[in-house]
Amino acid sequence: MELFFQLVLNGLTLGSVYGLVALGLTLVYGILHVPNFSHGALYMVGAYVAFILMSNYGVNYWVAIAGAAVVVGVLAMLSERLVFHPLRDAPPIHDKIAAIGILLFLEAGVMAIWGADFRRMPTPYSGIVDIFGLTAPAQRLLIIAGAFVLVVALHLFLKKTILGSTIIAMAQNREGAALVGINATKVSLLTFFISGALAAVAAGLFAPINLVYPAMGHLVIMKAFVIIVLGGMGSIPGAIIGGLIIGFAESFAGFYISTHYKDLVAFLLLVVILSVRPEGLFTKGVR
Amino acid sequence: MLKIENLTKQFGGLTAVRDVSVTFEKGKINAIIGPNGAGKTTFFNLISGMHQPTSGRIIFKGVDVTRMRADQVARLGVARTFQTTHLFDNATVFDNLIVGHRLRTKSGFWDVVFNTKRLREEEKACRKKAEEVLEFVGLNHAAYRLAGDISQEERKRVAFALALATEPDLVLLDEPAGGVNPEETVGLAELIKKMVRHGLTVCLIEHKMDMIMGMADKIMVLDHGEKIAEGTPAEIQRNPVVIEAYLGSEHAAA
Amino acid sequence: MKYLQGKAGWAILIALALLFPLVAGNNYQLYVMSLAFIFAISTAGLNLITGYTGQLNLGHAGFMAIGAYTVGILTVTYEWPFWGAFAMSGVVAGVIGFFVGVVSLRLKEHFFAIFTLCVGFIIYLIIEKWDSVTGGTVGIIGIPGPAPIGPITFDSAISQYYLVVFFLVVSLWLMHRIVNSLLGRTFIAIRNSDDLAQALGINLMRNKTLSFVLSTFYAGIAGGLYAGYVRFLGPDLAGTHYTFDMITYLLVGGIGTLMGPVAGSLLVAWVTQSLQFLQDYRMVVFGPLLVLLVIFFPHGIVGFYYKKRMEREMKKRAAEASRAQAVKKEAGTNA
Repeated sequence: MELFFQLVLNGLTLGSVYGLVALGLTLVYGILHVPNFSHGALYMVGAYVAFILMSNYGVNYWVAIAGAAVVVGVLAMLSERLVFHPLRDAPPIHDKIAAIGILLFLEAGVMAIWGADFRRMPTPYSGIVDIFGLTAPAQRLLIIAGAFVLVVALHLFLKKTILGSTIIAMAQNREGAALVGINATKVSLLTFFISGALAAVAAGLFAPINLVYPAMGHLVIMKAFVIIVLGGMGSIPGAIIGGLIIGFAESFAGFYISTHYKDLVAFLLLVVILSVRPEGLFTKGVR
Repeated sequence: MLKIENLTKQFGGLTAVRDVSVTFEKGKINAIIGPNGAGKTTFFNLISGMHQPTSGRIIFKGVDVTRMRADQVARLGVARTFQTTHLFDNATVFDNLIVGHRLRTKSGFWDVVFNTKRLREEEKACRKKAEEVLEFVGLNHAAYRLAGDISQEERKRVAFALALATEPDLVLLDEPAGGVNPEETVGLAELIKKMVRHGLTVCLIEHKMDMIMGMADKIMVLDHGEKIAEGTPAEIQRNPVVIEAYLGSEHAAA
Repeated sequence: MKYLQGKAGWAILIALALLFPLVAGNNYQLYVMSLAFIFAISTAGLNLITGYTGQLNLGHAGFMAIGAYTVGILTVTYEWPFWGAFAMSGVVAGVIGFFVGVVSLRLKEHFFAIFTLCVGFIIYLIIEKWDSVTGGTVGIIGIPGPAPIGPITFDSAISQYYLVVFFLVVSLWLMHRIVNSLLGRTFIAIRNSDDLAQALGINLMRNKTLSFVLSTFYAGIAGGLYAGYVRFLGPDLAGTHYTFDMITYLLVGGIGTLMGPVAGSLLVAWVTQSLQFLQDYRMVVFGPLLVLLVIFFPHGIVGFYYKKRMEREMKKRAAEASRAQAVKKEAGTNA
């Protein structure tokens, strides 16, 4: 029971982090139809900004995460303006290559400024919590709760506010949205900001139980891609459910099969799914 | 030539084409008209094998092609054009056309490695075909211009030429006069008639009514994926259902 | 620049490559050049599937690593002779490429790119984790260099350089054959539009698979050469950054052009050499460069050259045509 609980907790933790990253990726895909390969680098920058704010400037954990969210959100907006927007009518492989350019730049930039060392981020919540006789590290519970709050907040924002509903409208029908007077530039920028901020928060939450290093985004972004392919490119519920599926799959496969190959699980899942259903798992046949 | 029985296509819960049966005869110009979103292009996609129908049968020259892939259907002699033609803009018109005859050739990788006689002959045949179809569509003068530099009307002609290079029996033209001015439309209509005179069967989707009424032998009207009428231009113009559903709505909109 | 066309162009370029050791100051320069050529071969393969056929393969380095490890494992663990192992490098990469291609090439655009990114990562993870066969993170050391063929030995830096040049020339010659044949036109038609190509009777799966297998074969051969040249291997070779490097070469040199991969790998290699002080941070420069290229200079060096040439030719032709018309008019008025 104890063991099972730990595995579930682990799955939920991973699922929460992956879900947040995938959520940003899927939002951007929904609006621009670009698979943003630089998203993992944004996640990594988020972790660094939070880490530096805490360790160099002694900023409070939550303030540091908020600061990282703003910085990365602005970075994401810059990438939209300077790179993706000029390429909106280019051949389809161009924006993907440009996204890779951003990724390479951010990684090398972080390495140049802060070095390639692995760093450990401190957390004020290092304790163990006792629930009904089961123990759980506080940071893990924090990740799950944080992700839950963010997802609910995002949901309310998208469904209940006018600004949020413009994002949904544009994702569904770009021309239609333009016709009813939605400012495409503003919506794109807003989407990129949210996407970057989500990645930064995910990184800030996850970093204390993981490490901070320049290549930390690689695995996460690839898993996020697996998730949005699984959940349907552009689908918000798909990203959350997909995140949880991958989180649990990894947690349980890591224990019952082999920790050695646990990172392979997500990719093998993707290969199997796309082999059987080339259009993704939850996508409908309508184009 | 082409016989379609109870053709239906559903996307998810949407029915794009519903239970359409129709026959296109050899050597005739058949037109499909209908308001936007009536399922006309989907209908073409089904015939040409781009999409698989949900139910129904498509029989071309006595062969059941319902479940065939697009390239197999093309090889049997169905060519098509698209609303927009994607050419390689940095190459000449002539270069763009050579590949049109590729389906009638057999050379593979090893022919390329050893530069076999077959390959050389087939390349020659492809070039000859490209010249021939360029001549046919009246674009000899544009052969060595960049595909990116030619006019919309010339692009349409290149699209026809590509279709013809596959040596088809049936040509499906999706809005052959879309985005082209009235004078040029007359020229393109002439070209379509010329294709029929040379033994081809044509089926086209078009919104330009005067063009259709002047040249079609038979018109089928689609509305919401269903066939609501079929007949000669005169019959269609008199048909109250068509006037109600299609021409009526257009007049109201105009 | 006219002399860079046709047989003369080939002769000049080959001569330049052959004469390079005479001007090279030291073996290090030969080393840089040889590695650049090896990557040019692999990039030429990437160019076939991505530049000519339009499918962005983000797992290309994985196939190069497969070729390299084929040579490494066969020569070190199974003590095969180098050339036998080398022959297998392309074959193994191509066969694995075939199976990956059959599954992945049904996917459109983004899905294909994402899928191949994951395939590349799977290859990397397998190499890294499968200690007993691949040596894991330690890798493989002590790979023998190319064995002598008859009287020709490959012990000196110069002879190894010439060996690489030989394979580069053969690779490019074959690529030249492919892309200028009906087969190449078929690939280009697929790049321009899947739908149109299919409507012209082109079997998409068969042609894309052929292109993909050939591209992975090139990657495998390049990997095999790499193994014999560098003599040790680590899982790093399968890493995505090598794929990204090759994409950079492609963009700099000219995507979808025959000589683009060579021009790109050479230029980037030498620029990197002169940016030595940047070392690991060179991507601070190349990352934005990639973005700028894609936005402002998408045809690369070779593509730009072709474009200019084409424009000149068009102008000439237009001038000729108008002159001909003028002559006709004159004849008309005289009559």
